[in-house]
Amino acid sequence: MSNAVTENHHNHYDPTGIRFGMWLFLFTEILLFGTLFIVYAVYRFANSEPFHDASATLSILHGTVNTVVLLTSSLTVALSITALQKGQVKRSINLLLITILLAGVFLVIKFFEYKAKYHYGLFPGMEGYIELPTGQKQFFNLYFFMTGLHAIHVIIGMILLGIIAWYIRKGTINPTRYVYLENSGLYWHIVDVVWIFLFPLFYLII
Amino acid sequence: MNNVHDTNHQNHTPDNDVHITSFKDNTLVWIDLLILTVITVKIAFFDLQNLTVAVALLVASAKTYLVGAHFMHLKFESRIISIFVGLVALVFVLVMIILFSDYLFRQEI
Repeated sequence: MSNAVTENHHNHYDPTGIRFGMWLFLFTEILLFGTLFIVYAVYRFANSEPFHDASATLSILHGTVNTVVLLTSSLTVALSITALQKGQVKRSINLLLITILLAGVFLVIKFFEYKAKYHYGLFPGMEGYIELPTGQKQFFNLYFFMTGLHAIHVIIGMILLGIIAWYIRKGTINPTRYVYLENSGLYWHIVDVVWIFLFPLFYLII
Repeated sequence: MNNVHDTNHQNHTPDNDVHITSFKDNTLVWIDLLILTVITVKIAFFDLQNLTVAVALLVASAKTYLVGAHFMHLKFESRIISIFVGLVALVFVLVMIILFSDYLFRQEI
């Protein structure tokens, strides 16, 4: 047995194992957001009319534009991995910077959406919110909590991708060892997938 | 015991013979995702009654499949990871079914 363990001692680099570790973390993320989607399902089932009315205050245009922005940022991360695999280091870094820029665009649009809601006092606890019927309160509670938690993930993703871009520049992450770029890409795609579900469930109740 | 050792060796793939998704394939997946986004917005304006949520979730699941299989490389990844992803999805669906089988048939007290 001890021979089998030490056999691979000289080479600790195991990209599949490292990616699997990242996937284990992503499973906890899926279950975190999954739980919130379950809460959403119960609330919406109990309050279909108030959810419909509250959803009408969200801008479908803003939601759609943000969906396109995030999908495009997912593409640029995927292209960045392809570029590094092909040895195009500079292109890989540039694609990561475009991704961070797109994440910034997403957050700016989200900021203006929140600002409009703040203007009408719809944040939980404000005057406009207190006057709402219970079902609509539940909608806005979930809307701010879920999109807020998602926005925090976007911010973390921006920082992560920035660090990765720095390490590619330094050469620590390079065309022969790029598993950390892949892992950051996986994280970014999960953030995108969460939004893929948030968008129709909050904006598109027509 | 011998079988265990054999599969361990097969699963060990070095970094340099992995599948590289071409720029073109990634871009095609992105175009599919944009088309599905247009579909999900258009469909929302039709009055589908009870099917509205189901259709929205179906399109979202199709988009998730595209992102998972291509952008997240699950199609070319070690099978064990795909199996685990499937198991996590199954756990989520089971929790939903168990919850609603309780919630829908609960008597008012």
